[in-house]
Amino acid sequence: MDCTDIRSRLPAYLDQELDAANVAAIDRHLAACDACSAAFARQSNLRRALREQLTYHRAPAGLASRIRSQVTPAEPRRFRFAPQWWQFGAAVAATAVVTWMAAVEFQRPAPDQLLAEEVIAGHARAVLTSHVADVATSDQHTVKPWLSSKLDFSPPVTDLTGAGFPLLGGRLDYLDNRPVAALAYQHRQHLISLFVWPERDAARSAPMRGFSRQGYNVLHWTDAGMTYWAISDLNGNELRDFAQAYASAK
Amino acid sequence: MAIARALAREQFTHQERAPGLDERSKAKRFEQLFVAHLDSAYDLARWLTRDERNAEDVVQEACLRAFKFLDGFHGDNARVWLLAIVRNTYYTWLRKNQFQALNVPLDEEGADGVPLEFDGGNPVDELLQQKDARRLINGALEQLPAEFREVIVLRELEDLSYKEIAAVADIPLGTVMSRLARARKLLLQHLQQVRQEV
Repeated sequence: MDCTDIRSRLPAYLDQELDAANVAAIDRHLAACDACSAAFARQSNLRRALREQLTYHRAPAGLASRIRSQVTPAEPRRFRFAPQWWQFGAAVAATAVVTWMAAVEFQRPAPDQLLAEEVIAGHARAVLTSHVADVATSDQHTVKPWLSSKLDFSPPVTDLTGAGFPLLGGRLDYLDNRPVAALAYQHRQHLISLFVWPERDAARSAPMRGFSRQGYNVLHWTDAGMTYWAISDLNGNELRDFAQAYASAK
Repeated sequence: MAIARALAREQFTHQERAPGLDERSKAKRFEQLFVAHLDSAYDLARWLTRDERNAEDVVQEACLRAFKFLDGFHGDNARVWLLAIVRNTYYTWLRKNQFQALNVPLDEEGADGVPLEFDGGNPVDELLQQKDARRLINGALEQLPAEFREVIVLRELEDLSYKEIAAVADIPLGTVMSRLARARKLLLQHLQQVRQEV
């Protein structure tokens, strides 16, 4: 590739949208070509400035409830069946219940998948209510004892400001039928929730794997008898960076 | 016959009256899928309209549309879907309010012979040293035409991939890349100018 090719690929290189072969070719070229590496520095400086300085406008308080009140009826409507339709209604309901039970039977998702739904709901709840921490401090020596005093285990808590993921605090949540620790971290404008609890089956070990759902990226792994779920609307690569920073600092 | 007709009529009113599991589960699904991404929706609307009140109006309208078409959503990326609706709502709102025509060159590949890349020093580092760097950089994005502003917001603030941006802005992948490149070049030019004025 000559300089013109390289320059045309720089934006995608910067955005991590290139395949490995192209990335390697550009890496080699940038190491050797001053002009192209200056062009890349300009672009990546701009990117950093934008990400650090641009204002992320959060939805004002009250907007969510205004929208809710618009999409749902103003007052709870009561069932007002005419007497002769009472039985008809009951029959419909009974059929619906039977159908629903059958559907649940046949479509029961894998346990991990159910858990993933719970994890997403837990994170979304924290974001929606703007309640990301019961104990809001970046001091790991405050967060850890607080969580340990409320739980029957002691979750590893590390501030990762050095790696670009400052600790915002800790909170309690209830997942997988037990109280769990939820650590809140931030990366740029993005909130990361890390849920931690002791693995039921201490011998089970799961390597790190990730998937995305409903606009969130989710990572799950186990380590030394603990199970971990990290979730954020951050992109998959940076969430992985976070998980690795956490795992190696712990 | 009369009974059948009465039955049909009653059945109809029954459905009309019943609050229905449907309605409630729809509200719940709406909550999980979309209200959770309200910050993203508002951020995009706020950057597009450049105004708080108008941003709220656009987001409210977009959410009503999302709710209306909720049954049609089968994908797994609710955030992208909602952002696409916010964007469409914004352009509809813009037309309705007869704001100035969007000033976007048709050919994004630089038919004017100007390369897509900025080539004049490194204005950003020096700007960052200044006290009002935040204001200058926010101002630089605000003055970009909407088509360029939105791809920067989607990429740098919402952290979407090219594929997701293509879905939100309803443009091909190649256009996402060239539009981003052009937007960055315009930003650098503007910041360069600002630096010289300071």
